[in-house]
Amino acid sequence: MTTRHFRVWRGDDQGGALTDYDVEVNEGEVVLDIVHRLQATQAPDLAVRWNCKAGKCGSCSAEINGKPGLLCMTRMNTFGPDETVTVTPVRTFPVMRDLVTDVSFNYEKAREIPAFAPPADLKPGEYRMQQVDVERSQEFRKCIECFLCQNTCHVIRDHEENKAAFAGPRFFIRAAELDMHPLDARDDRKEFAQEEQGLGFCNITKCCTEVCPEHIKITDNAIIPMKERVVDRKYDPLTWLGRKIFRRDQLESQK
Amino acid sequence: MTTTATTPPRPRAAIAERTLRTDRWWLAPLLTFLGLAGFLVYATVRIFVNDNYWVEEFHYLAPFYSPCLSESCAPGSSHFLGQPFPQLPSWMSPAMLVLALPGGFRATCYYYRKSYYRSFWLSPPACAVPDGHKKYTGETRFPLLIQNVHRYFFYAAVLVGLVLTYDAVISFHGKEGGFGIGLGSLILVVNAVLIWGYTLGCHSCRNIVGGRLTHFSKHPIRYWMWTQVGKLNKRHQLFAWLSMFSVVIADAYVWMVASGAINDLRIFN
Ligand code: SF4
Ligand code: SF4
Ligand code: FES
Ligand code: FES
Repeated sequence: MTTRHFRVWRGDDQGGALTDYDVEVNEGEVVLDIVHRLQATQAPDLAVRWNCKAGKCGSCSAEINGKPGLLCMTRMNTFGPDETVTVTPVRTFPVMRDLVTDVSFNYEKAREIPAFAPPADLKPGEYRMQQVDVERSQEFRKCIECFLCQNTCHVIRDHEENKAAFAGPRFFIRAAELDMHPLDARDDRKEFAQEEQGLGFCNITKCCTEVCPEHIKITDNAIIPMKERVVDRKYDPLTWLGRKIFRRDQLESQK
Repeated sequence: MTTTATTPPRPRAAIAERTLRTDRWWLAPLLTFLGLAGFLVYATVRIFVNDNYWVEEFHYLAPFYSPCLSESCAPGSSHFLGQPFPQLPSWMSPAMLVLALPGGFRATCYYYRKSYYRSFWLSPPACAVPDGHKKYTGETRFPLLIQNVHRYFFYAAVLVGLVLTYDAVISFHGKEGGFGIGLGSLILVVNAVLIWGYTLGCHSCRNIVGGRLTHFSKHPIRYWMWTQVGKLNKRHQLFAWLSMFSVVIADAYVWMVASGAINDLRIFN
């Protein structure tokens, strides 16, 4: 057991500050353990959101020494023995209290995406897919909706005014998941990503990928492929020529 | 269906520090900046040199001057593509005619975009470190909207790759004619291999060969190609740097041999 120095942001939408604590740390603990110890000893009213303590519910997103991460997955032994550990709420969303923020932005963006649309003539129970065809979409199903990618993306983190026009990386993987899905019959997902979700705001600087606790290759496997699919439709010279020579329905049937 | 702000934005946590990161987050953008700036300086100097790009004895052509397409090219340095361009004005070098293709390919590459947006434009310099700009529209409008032409440059880059491969093949030329191997031939081969590693790992390539399909199961060959391109694509950043170094090393080597500063190390003939 050692005593470590912590700074935790305390406050609400009226303001707040980093508050200093000296707190006991034991071997094998994670930052969330320390936050819980603070609640149990010095700060019973410290607000924190958590559920599983196993990196699977996506509730405990915060920033630790300035790096967005899950409190329950950040091990204390990753810090130097005398290093002060600073814990702050995620920056991009409105603060409620202490480490808890209001992430409803993300649920609003989620609701705007047209739902999975199987072919009209298929009844539930008749869906048949091959593994190779769903593999890419499955990577994106690993998402635990911690919204760390949304929080870190500079498009909205540093530019509040872009929130209306930009859905964010978590919803680009949803767009890609559906566009690549073998049984999704909608044909306008690329246009939706470009025009309604603000795919063009992303400058592929990969911070979403860097912070994703599920190690989803958000930029390489979802965002860039979606940008390329938009190019297929809008800017590619050979596809354009192909459309002129062949009929569009024949091209589309190649899917 | 764009979300319309119903209420003015509610306050975020009032944290005074612009970033609380304690690691050396500035190191990676700094190194990237130095690497890219170094390359730009070399390329600028090199295209104005307009000399010492062809070693007649061993058939070495410097990659910056390949293909050499004008009547001002050094005798023997133009190959199967001929000399479609006339004599150039004295301030122009044949390198300037072809540089737009590989240059445009790299400038619009998804990896290079990431690297210069971060290191030159600070947008953002590192994750969770604030963007250096007040306003941000990304690639939604002109001029950055033009990044979408990357696809065209990819098609051109395949031709560039073929030309560099040809250059590597003809560099196996001996002093007394016939077959020969020198250090220069090996350098040109390594360069061609790395350029292919970079070109074929391109995200546009990955999309074209198979990524755009919805049913891989109906296209086994394209699925296989997509898988192979994916392996290179995972290492695209690595190949971007390796091929950038190799092109400079190959070019500088031919430059030095052509100018007589060093002798080519001959392995055979
Ligand atoms: S890659 Fe795009 S979506 Fe991801 S953090 Fe960067 S700008 Fe945002
Ligand atoms: S994509 Fe990754 S970072 Fe983003 S919400 Fe899902 S799990 Fe979290
Ligand atoms: S508490 Fe569930 S992810 Fe951390
Ligand atoms: S060359 Fe880098 S993505 Fe195309």
